[in-house]
Amino acid sequence: MSENAIELRHVSRSFGDFGVSDLNLTLPGGCILGLMGENGAGKSTTIRLLMDTLRRDGGEIFVLGVDNTTPEFQRVKQDIGVVLDEARFPETLNARELEQVLALTFTNWESDTFHRYMDRFQLPEKKLFKDFSRGMKMKLAIAAALSHRARLLILDEATAGLDPIVRDEVVEVFREFVCDDDHSILICSHIVSDLEKLCDYAGFLHKGRLLFCEEKDALLEGCGLLSCTAGQLAELEPGAVLGSVRSPYGAVALVRRDGVPAGFELEKPTLEDIILFQVKGEKHA
Amino acid sequence: MNILIRNTGGVPIYEQIFTQLRDEICSGTLLPGEALPSIRSLARDLRVSVITTKRAYEELERAGYVVTVAGKGSFVAERDLELEQEARLREIESHLSAAAKLGKKCGITEPELVEMLRLQWEE
Repeated sequence: MSENAIELRHVSRSFGDFGVSDLNLTLPGGCILGLMGENGAGKSTTIRLLMDTLRRDGGEIFVLGVDNTTPEFQRVKQDIGVVLDEARFPETLNARELEQVLALTFTNWESDTFHRYMDRFQLPEKKLFKDFSRGMKMKLAIAAALSHRARLLILDEATAGLDPIVRDEVVEVFREFVCDDDHSILICSHIVSDLEKLCDYAGFLHKGRLLFCEEKDALLEGCGLLSCTAGQLAELEPGAVLGSVRSPYGAVALVRRDGVPAGFELEKPTLEDIILFQVKGEKHA
Repeated sequence: MNILIRNTGGVPIYEQIFTQLRDEICSGTLLPGEALPSIRSLARDLRVSVITTKRAYEELERAGYVVTVAGKGSFVAERDLELEQEARLREIESHLSAAAKLGKKCGITEPELVEMLRLQWEE
């Protein structure tokens, strides 16, 4: 694994009551980083800052090793495949006409690759873009992003609005993409289950701040869900409890595995559990 | 070759990959000098993280089951049969000693414990 594909250092951008602040985020080359967060947490803002389509208030951003405010970044953009939550292509074009536009846009355009994905995703060549379903639009955008020899994919809610079977297929395509160890993916989504299937690193944005960004399996395997009585919960080392939810009959706590005595039966949490406990559970500082 | 990843049971994924590849090597399914799948293709096929797969390979290398050649991939190491057998004997001894200790604790006699082992053996 080579250089970092993405590096954000102390990046801030404020829109009054909204925005991101002091964001530090690294995507090592050859890896997939899943960025989770509620609507309005700052995921799309982060992507716009990355592509320098939104000016930042402060901080530094390097994409594929290049400062994204330098003129050199224009060249780097050719190596990035971007899929936004809403695919925006000219309404009155069909896929074949669209391809001619894309071939002029990207110096490394690969027509064969594009047609292979068109077949694989069963996309029609002659239908006008405006008559595409949401799923078809997303698939077309993904096919386009994968057809100009990109080294970095940036995906914003790219699996939203797709049915489970198509989502699985798309996840598979992304997996194939990173078989080349020079390829990396940043994927933002609130469909946490997709990210759990796919990513190497998981980050969580909450109200414009990064609450955590860690290696996914280490994160999931380092924590456990504990069902216990309120008394047992009170006796646990405070630092071991990451969050808990009580009911009149007991409590469920998200705990650090190495922080609880042996003998407690712990269940493996999902990423969703980890997020929910961090945001909604009581904090034990 | 089979590698089965289970998400229940609390065994870390890297450990599951490590154990199963080790067993394939020890049982001779994978022969010395044979190439292991690349980290990335195994990660894709098992649908697990590249980092986790890499960690399993690193552990296999550290434990001497695998050698990695930069730019070429990972291969099953030449085996030291005597050393392996010794390691297994030690493992058996430690299981037996745990069983003996537990037996003593709950008042089981030596013949009873031997009988239990005999029944297990025949299963």
